[in-house]
Amino acid sequence: MTIQIKTIDLEPKRQTFGHIARRLGGDKPASRYQEATLDVQATANFHYKPLWEAEYWQYDTRKTAVVMEDWYKPLDPRQFYYAAYNIARANMNQAVERNFSFIEERGLIEKLSAEAKAQIERGLLPMRHLHWGSNMNMTEITQRGYGTAVTAPCIFSAGDHLGMAQIISRVGLELDGQTGVSLDRAKETWLGDAAWQGARKLIEDTFVERDFFQLYVAQTLAVNGVLFDMAYKHADAAWRDGAIPVAMLTEFMSDWRAEESRWSDHVVKTVASESDANKKLVSEWARLGRFARRMRRAKRPRRARVRSVCRSNRGDKHYGASRFAHASAQ
Amino acid sequence: MAQVASLTLLHNDDARPIIEAIMADNPGVRVLDMPGCVKLDRDMELVVNRASVEERLGRTWDPQEIHLVLVSMAGNLDEDDDRFLVGWKH
Repeated sequence: MTIQIKTIDLEPKRQTFGHIARRLGGDKPASRYQEATLDVQATANFHYKPLWEAEYWQYDTRKTAVVMEDWYKPLDPRQFYYAAYNIARANMNQAVERNFSFIEERGLIEKLSAEAKAQIERGLLPMRHLHWGSNMNMTEITQRGYGTAVTAPCIFSAGDHLGMAQIISRVGLELDGQTGVSLDRAKETWLGDAAWQGARKLIEDTFVERDFFQLYVAQTLAVNGVLFDMAYKHADAAWRDGAIPVAMLTEFMSDWRAEESRWSDHVVKTVASESDANKKLVSEWARLGRFARRMRRAKRPRRARVRSVCRSNRGDKHYGASRFAHASAQ
Repeated sequence: MAQVASLTLLHNDDARPIIEAIMADNPGVRVLDMPGCVKLDRDMELVVNRASVEERLGRTWDPQEIHLVLVSMAGNLDEDDDRFLVGWKH
């Protein structure tokens, strides 16, 4: 007897949702990123107009000065939706856990010189407050922004900042034998140390920025692109004999920055290339705007601080990040 | 008659960027949709380029990852860091 195995191909009636099919220009299978992103945010039929900011609706393209014909143009090149984001971060966090246990087992933080420990406490630990501020900003963009393509990755980014603040806190706990006193002192440094006040003023000033895309430019290009890069990329020499343990414990930040900038640069580029008016606004915010000016002021004292702690007598007048590392290496 | 080089891949979210990359990079590829999988046939040679898949996937992709969704193949395998190729030209 022969048995013939037959297959029946059941053709699905639809490959994807109607609103996704209209975006893709036909009923084609869509990726989960597309289905979780495109046109997800409500645009019409709101029942209650907000009493606060009564000139706007809940989601309103007028909450920024830049104009996009379609806010679903600045898509995320990483294609992050909930699952993809969490899987990526879980993998990165595994590396963090492994690095922490490596450092703990070998006592690499305990064995550091008192000078290195003081440098890390004063120069690195206050970064957790900057991350917390960045978390506030990204959350703010999520709630004021327009279109899921922009706002969903922003709330992921906000989560990243909380995670990085926790990593910094754990570095502090390694320094002070899990008592938390170094974190209390680092908060005093953040609030009172003249070297940090530029960075603190910068982030606190961004809290009151109402234009969501201006805030996005300030956060991604100024805070991420200048302050975080300075702390995590160009400050190795400042940690003295702690450079390698600190590099290991902050590996997450380097990986995150390389990955997130792919997305944030793409968004800024897409919005800027939409029209000449957008380009002008974004350039102004990025380069000539008040954030950049404040940034230059913010950088100056921090650089001076590391140099003075390192007893450098060089009187150079350059403020570039590479000079910062160079000067602190003297 | 030309011999057929072929790859059969699962038809799921992980494989879709690979399928799209193959369809874009291999002119004249014949696509056979089957329940749960997709068979891609082409005369003599079929190539999967890392760069094309990465462009669609949005992350780095190692050509060896294709084995996670590969059901069957026909042709001699030629594989390096940048592409995964099955063909009969040897």
